[in-house]
Amino acid sequence: MTTDVTEATTTDLIGKPIKRVEDPRLVTGSAKYLDDLTLPGMAHVAILRSPYAHARIGGIDTSAAAAAPGVIGVFTGKDFEHLDPLPCAWQAAGTENFTATPRALEIDRVTFTGAGVAAVVAESRAAAEDALALIEVDWEPLPAVVDPEAAVAEGAPQIHENAASNIVMDWSCGDAEATQRALGEADVVVEQRLVNQRLIPNAMEARGAAAQHEAATGEYTVWMTSQAPHVMRLLMTAFVFGIPETKMRCIAPQVGGGFGSKIYLYPEYVLMAALAEKVGRPVKWIETRRENYVATTHGRDHVTYLRVGAKRDGTITAISADTYANLGGILSTIAPGIPTTLYGRMLSGAYRIPAIYCRVRGVYTNTGMVDAYRGAGRPEATYAVERAVDLVARELDLDPVEVRRRNFIAPEAFPYDPAGILNGLKYDTGDYEKTLARALEIVGYDDFRAKQEQARRDGRYLGIGLSTYVEMCGVAPSAWIGVGGEGWGAGLWESANVRVHLTGKVVVTAGTQSHGQGHETTMAQVVASELGVPLEDVTVEHSDTQGTPFGYGTYGSRSAAVGTVAVHRSIQRIKEKARRLAAHMLETSVEDIVYEDGKAYVKGAPDKAKTIQEIAGAAALGYDLPPGDEPFLDDTAYYDPPNCTFPFGAHIAVVEVDAETGEVKLERYVAVDDVGTVINPLIVDGQVHGGIAQGVAQALWEGATYDEDGQLLTSSLMEYAVPKAELFPTLELDRTVTPTDVNPLGVKGAGETGTIASTPAVVNAVVDALAPLGIKHIDMPLTPERVWRAIEEARA
Amino acid sequence: METVALEINGVRREVQVEPRTLLAELIRDHLGLTGTKVGCDTSQCGACTIHLDGKAVKSCTVLAVQADGSTVTTIEGLARNGALHPLQEAFWAKHGLQCGFCTPGMIMTAADLLASGGNPTDDEIRHALEGNLCRCTGYENIVRAIREAASQGTGVTA
Repeated sequence: MTTDVTEATTTDLIGKPIKRVEDPRLVTGSAKYLDDLTLPGMAHVAILRSPYAHARIGGIDTSAAAAAPGVIGVFTGKDFEHLDPLPCAWQAAGTENFTATPRALEIDRVTFTGAGVAAVVAESRAAAEDALALIEVDWEPLPAVVDPEAAVAEGAPQIHENAASNIVMDWSCGDAEATQRALGEADVVVEQRLVNQRLIPNAMEARGAAAQHEAATGEYTVWMTSQAPHVMRLLMTAFVFGIPETKMRCIAPQVGGGFGSKIYLYPEYVLMAALAEKVGRPVKWIETRRENYVATTHGRDHVTYLRVGAKRDGTITAISADTYANLGGILSTIAPGIPTTLYGRMLSGAYRIPAIYCRVRGVYTNTGMVDAYRGAGRPEATYAVERAVDLVARELDLDPVEVRRRNFIAPEAFPYDPAGILNGLKYDTGDYEKTLARALEIVGYDDFRAKQEQARRDGRYLGIGLSTYVEMCGVAPSAWIGVGGEGWGAGLWESANVRVHLTGKVVVTAGTQSHGQGHETTMAQVVASELGVPLEDVTVEHSDTQGTPFGYGTYGSRSAAVGTVAVHRSIQRIKEKARRLAAHMLETSVEDIVYEDGKAYVKGAPDKAKTIQEIAGAAALGYDLPPGDEPFLDDTAYYDPPNCTFPFGAHIAVVEVDAETGEVKLERYVAVDDVGTVINPLIVDGQVHGGIAQGVAQALWEGATYDEDGQLLTSSLMEYAVPKAELFPTLELDRTVTPTDVNPLGVKGAGETGTIASTPAVVNAVVDALAPLGIKHIDMPLTPERVWRAIEEARA
Repeated sequence: METVALEINGVRREVQVEPRTLLAELIRDHLGLTGTKVGCDTSQCGACTIHLDGKAVKSCTVLAVQADGSTVTTIEGLARNGALHPLQEAFWAKHGLQCGFCTPGMIMTAADLLASGGNPTDDEIRHALEGNLCRCTGYENIVRAIREAASQGTGVTA
C-alpha cells in the first residue's frame, strides 16, 4: 500500500535548485547568532587560559580581580569540583582507552596552552577582560612534548598518569599477517612517511555560550554554538551535572559554520550553566578568535608510515599503514573514534586491495584538543590511499590514470566488502570509472599531457593530479557503530516529527542541526514534493531541545542520508492516514484512494477528491473520523540506517610550479562527484565548492605550528592561512548519479566530499609537476618555501 | 564617556560611549544593529564591514569616537521599502552564502566595489574581496553573485 502511494506521488521539487528559504534573514542581517543574544540582567564572562602547555597550578589569587570595577565574581576550578569531568563519548573499540578529559575549569594541572583555569563574571565584556589581568596564578611549568612520535619515545614527559608512554589507545584493523605476506610477495613495495598536518577549523563564527538558571525550579537554559544540542544536553545532564535531562534546555541559535568543531561538549558550555547558577543572573561568553585558535578543537595531525605492495602491472596487492594520531593534551568528546573507525576502515579507497592492515596509536601531546574536522578520518585515509596509488604509478613508470583503472572496484562488485576492514559494512553502490571518465574529459587529459611535455621542454613545471576517492557518509547504523561495534557510546539514528496543521500548513521538527547546510530548504523540498503542498507551506524547525525530537545532530554528512530519511518516513505515514481519512470522507474504501499532488482521490474518478488541506482540517477538528483513528495528522519517525552510504568521485587539479620561487598556482580544478540522488543541486554544489576550498587549503597553505614548548605559533588569522578568494580559479563541477540502495531517497551525503577528495589531488599535481626533478613526495602544506627547498635539494 | 553623534541607516543617533569603544561595538551593542558581525580580533575577516561616509571599512578597526559626525550604513540599511538590495537578491539567487556569518560584510564590501561603477571581471571581484574571509563557499558563488548584481548595472549603490 505504501509503495502505491510513493509511486503516485509527485516528486517535482526533488533535484530542483530551489533558492534557500533561510536566506532572507541572513542577507538582511536579521538572523540571530549567539553573540546577538541579550538576556535581561545578563552578565559577561571572560576566561583566564593557561599560558603554559604543561604546568601545575600552585594556587590562584583572585582577590584583586574580584575587587575590580564592574566585577560580579571570580571563579576557579575549585568552585566547580562537584561537577564531573566531561565525558569521552567515543572510545576506540576493541582496545583499552586511557582517557583524560577536561573539566569546566582545570584545577591542579594544565596539559595544553589555552586550557581554562579561572573565569571572571562582570557587568560588561570589557570589565571582565580587564579583570583577567589581575588574577595571579602560581604556575609551576613542566616539561612539554608536542610531537606524537617524540611523545611515545622513552623519556618523554608523562602527560597523564593513566596513559603510559602517552598512549591513549593502540588500535588496529585488518589482517596483519596476510598484509605482511602480501607485501613480501609483491613485485614492488613503496614506502613513504606521510605527515597529515594539524588544521584549525576556523568557522567564521567563533564559539560562544549563554546560560540562565531558574533557582525556583532548578532548570537551566543553555544557548550554545552547537551542531548537536540534544547530545549536549544529554552529556551535560547525565555525565557532568548529574541531573535529569528534563532540567536542562539546550538551544543552538543561528550557527555560523562548524566543520566539526562545534560538535563537542566544551568546558565553556558547562561553565556557563554553572556560572549562571552561581551568580544568579544570565551569563554570556563569546570566544575571541585567539581563544578559538587555542581552545577549540583542531583536526587531522597524523604521521603515517605507509607501505604499499604492487605487481609490476600496477595491481595493488597490499596496503599497510602505521599511524600516530596526535589527540592533543586532553581528549575532546569523540577524539579516539576519528582516527580509528573513520580512518583505518577506509584505507581500501576505491580499489580492490586484497590485504589491508592499519595500526593507529592515539597519542597525548601538550597541544590543543584534536577531534573531527570536515571529513574526519576520511581525508586522512584518502590522502594516504591516493598518494599510495601515485607512488606506485611513479615507481612502475605507469600513468596514474591507468593504475587507478587497473585497481577500481568494478560496478558489478557492489555491495563490496573491502577486505573485511569495514567490520561488517559494505560499500553500497558505485561506478567509479564513470566519474573518472567524465573528469578526464572535462580537463582534457591527453591534451594536457601533450602540453605538459612541451612546457617541460620550455623549462616550465606543469602538473596534473587525480584523486578518485570513496568516502563514508550517513553515519551510522546504531548496532554497527555502538559500544558493541565501533565503540560510539550511543546510537546514531535520526528523528523527525511532521505535523499538518488545521490550515494545511506543515511543520517539521528535526533532531538534526543546520549551521549553514540549508536543512530548512532541503527538508522542505522533500516534504513539499512528497505531500504535494507548496514549499512555502512547509516550515522546518530544529536546534532546540524543547520542541524537537531527540536527534544526534549534524556531522558526517548524515542530515540528508539519515535525518531527511526520517522526515520522508513520517510523510509516508501521514499520507497513509490521509488516505484513510479521505476514504471515510468520500465514503469509499481506502484501497480505492490514490494520494497524488496534494490530493486523495478515488481511483479512476479524480474529481472525487479531498485536498490535503481539507483532510488536515477534518483530522484536526476530529468531528468525524474513521473508527479507530485519532485526531490530527501527526507522525514522529526514528530512522536507523541499515548501512552507511559511500559517495565517490574523481577530482583533478592542474597546477604550475614556479621552480625559482616554489610558488604553486592552482590553474584548474575539476570535480565530478557522485553523491547519489541530489535533492537541491544549488546546495550540493555549494557544499562541494566549500569543501574543495578547505581541502586545497590543506594541500597548499594551512597548517598549525607549535613551538617545542607547546606555544601555538599560528594563533590568529594573521599567522594561519585561511585562504582568500584570489587564490582559487573557477571551480569546474559536474556529477553522475548512482543512487544508494540504503535509503528510499537514494541520497548519500555531500557535505565533505570536496574536502576529502581535493587534498591529494593537489599534492599529486604538484609532485607530478616536479617529477622531472626526481621529486616523489613533499609534505603539506606545499608552501613556496617547502617546494623551493625540495627543488633545491633535488637539484643539489 | 564620550558623545558620538552619527547618522546610521538614515536615522540620526547620539550615544554615550567609553573612549575605547569600537565602532563595531557601538553599532552592535549600543544601537542593537547585530547584522554587523565580529569574526576576529586582528582585522582580517571582514565580517564587520560597514560603510562609513560611503566607503567600506572594517568597523572593528575604527574607534566609535572617530565616527562622530559621520554617515554609516550597515547591512540593515541596504533594503529599501521592503525590497532587497540587488546584491542581497544576487547572493540569495546564486547561493552566495551558507552559514551567513560573513555575508553582511561580504555584501557591504561588494556594494562599495559596485558603487564605483563598471563591470568588474572575476579577477577584480576576487581581488576586491581580499579583506573578507568566507569558510563555507570557497568564494565561487560569492563571485557569481557579485557578477550577477554588477550585470544589472543600476541601483547597486548602498
